Amino acid sequence: MNKVFHVMYDDDDTLKDAASALVAKGIRIKDVFSPFPVHGIDPIIGVKRTRLGIAAFMYAMTGTSLALLGMWYFMISDWPMNIGGKPSFSLIENLPAFIPVTFEFSVLCGAHGMCITYFLRNGTLPGMPASNPDPRTTDDKFVIEITTDQNALGAAELEAAIKETELFELSTKDYK
Amino acid sequence: MQREAAIRDPLILGDKSYKDITDDVVGPIQGSAPLGWKILITISSIIAIYGVGCILYLLGTGIGVWGLNKTVGWAWDITNFVWWVGIGHAGTLISAVLLLFRQKWRMAINRSAEAMTIFAVIMAAIFPGIHMGRIWVSYWVLPLPNQFGSLWVNFNSPLLWDVFAISTYFSVSLVFWYIGLIPDFATIRDRMTKPFAKKAYSLLSFGWSGRAKHWNRFEEVSLVLAGIATPLVFSVHSIVSMDFATSVIPGWHTTIFPPYFVSGAVFSGFAMVQTLLLIMRKGMKLENYIHVKHVEYMNIVIIVTGSIVGVAYLTELFISWYSGVEYESYAFINRFSGPYSWAYWIMMTCNVISPQLFWFKKIRRSLVATFALSIVVNIGMWFERYVIIVTSIHRDYDPSSWGEFHPTQIDIGVFIGTIGIFGTLFLGFARFFPVLALNELKTILKSSGENYKKAQENH
Repeated sequence: MNKVFHVMYDDDDTLKDAASALVAKGIRIKDVFSPFPVHGIDPIIGVKRTRLGIAAFMYAMTGTSLALLGMWYFMISDWPMNIGGKPSFSLIENLPAFIPVTFEFSVLCGAHGMCITYFLRNGTLPGMPASNPDPRTTDDKFVIEITTDQNALGAAELEAAIKETELFELSTKDYK
Repeated sequence: MQREAAIRDPLILGDKSYKDITDDVVGPIQGSAPLGWKILITISSIIAIYGVGCILYLLGTGIGVWGLNKTVGWAWDITNFVWWVGIGHAGTLISAVLLLFRQKWRMAINRSAEAMTIFAVIMAAIFPGIHMGRIWVSYWVLPLPNQFGSLWVNFNSPLLWDVFAISTYFSVSLVFWYIGLIPDFATIRDRMTKPFAKKAYSLLSFGWSGRAKHWNRFEEVSLVLAGIATPLVFSVHSIVSMDFATSVIPGWHTTIFPPYFVSGAVFSGFAMVQTLLLIMRKGMKLENYIHVKHVEYMNIVIIVTGSIVGVAYLTELFISWYSGVEYESYAFINRFSGPYSWAYWIMMTCNVISPQLFWFKKIRRSLVATFALSIVVNIGMWFERYVIIVTSIHRDYDPSSWGEFHPTQIDIGVFIGTIGIFGTLFLGFARFFPVLALNELKTILKSSGENYKKAQENH
């Protein structure tokens, strides 16, 4: 039988101190639930920086290429039109007129591509159930989640280490 | 913990804790609607219904019901469009540009400014839509495989750039706003007791749980979106200005238009934010979060952008004379001394002279004066677009076709109607949505809250 500990703190600085103390003892923290982004918690519990920024750049470049390809096809290849004598037989010559749409379409693809990826990676989608252990974690409380199966220490030792921190509340649950 | 210089004014007044912030914002959503809100939403819905009626009449009859004529083929429709798009710019500016500059005061106002942006862009989009006359074929503006004829849409045309600009701007602003709203919807979800409301907010919050990794991604997404929304904001209004600037009409054909329109947009947007927030902070008792310092900061932005607009007006006049082009000079002489000089001087007074009053600290920090001046600026910026559009075309190259524009009842009805629709949407937002960015405000409480700053001083 595995045990999960939900340790609640009532302040973000206490949370960070507690997390550092626990990690120093070699305890692995599974997750932290907080009502707002607690700056500085990520390196303590080993959360790496997300690569969504790189993804956004790739989506945006896809948009750039698609926009240019599309406009080349519509305006140059398929049906060149003479509009006020503007150059209509080469993409490069007509490029100044294509910059605004290229830019807008890159932003469109970059922003939406990144947001869709963000929702999918988070698993936050319409109709998903909430998984925070306590409703107060979206208000003013902070919870550290520690499980026995991720730690070498036993349940009793973990509990003793947790109780040394300035916690507000502790709840334990068994799970398979 | 991040510290801030003691001489900086606190951004959150009073003895607030994290819980107080939640209560102050979620409390009004849980309680029943106040009487003032009911009265306001009734009035704005009635105006909105009248506006929808005028739009339906217009669509059923044709755009001949507007006062457009042979010479003035573009008048209130495009004026209203540019006015609403301009108002929309403040939201993205506050949330994106001020985020990049790490301005903490934006956190009290960004949520409602973004809501204003989205509703204003919807109002703006109505105008080109109904101006097409046959709104049911409005999808023809998209580059679709062409079974309608032999041509594609024209990518050389600024009107098509506008299609891309406005739709990108609208959808990106909406996503930006919603991503920030999700954690706050989760806060409301966890506090709601009535089953229906809980279910509704649960759906809206997408199952947000506030995990560390999710917050890490959340901050990255906000930052990257801010980074790409910033050039987007500038590009959108530049493209709107190119609707005019790339034409060959004297009075429109000027290279100064893009920066001039962008600063005008920010100017009018901030004025609208002031108008709305000064009412909202009072009605929803948010005086501790949106206080005199925030109003003062916004007024400073208004002075700066208002002065840029003023310089642009004078530059236009100078260049029209300096160019030595007869038609160009006439367009501007006609603008300030012709039949529409009254509109020109309203614009000059409202946009150039009145915001200069904010140089006085007393006026800049007075809520009553700010409210009055914000309305003056809103009016002035509407007249700016009217002056640019109508005075430039009402006297064309052929004096026999010179004429004037007279709005019809439908022109007025559609415009007033959009104000009603906007008001209804905004009041709905104020009632059911978290009007302050809870999760962001909580991050600055310890560095910029009055109680924490005092404790730090006494330390």
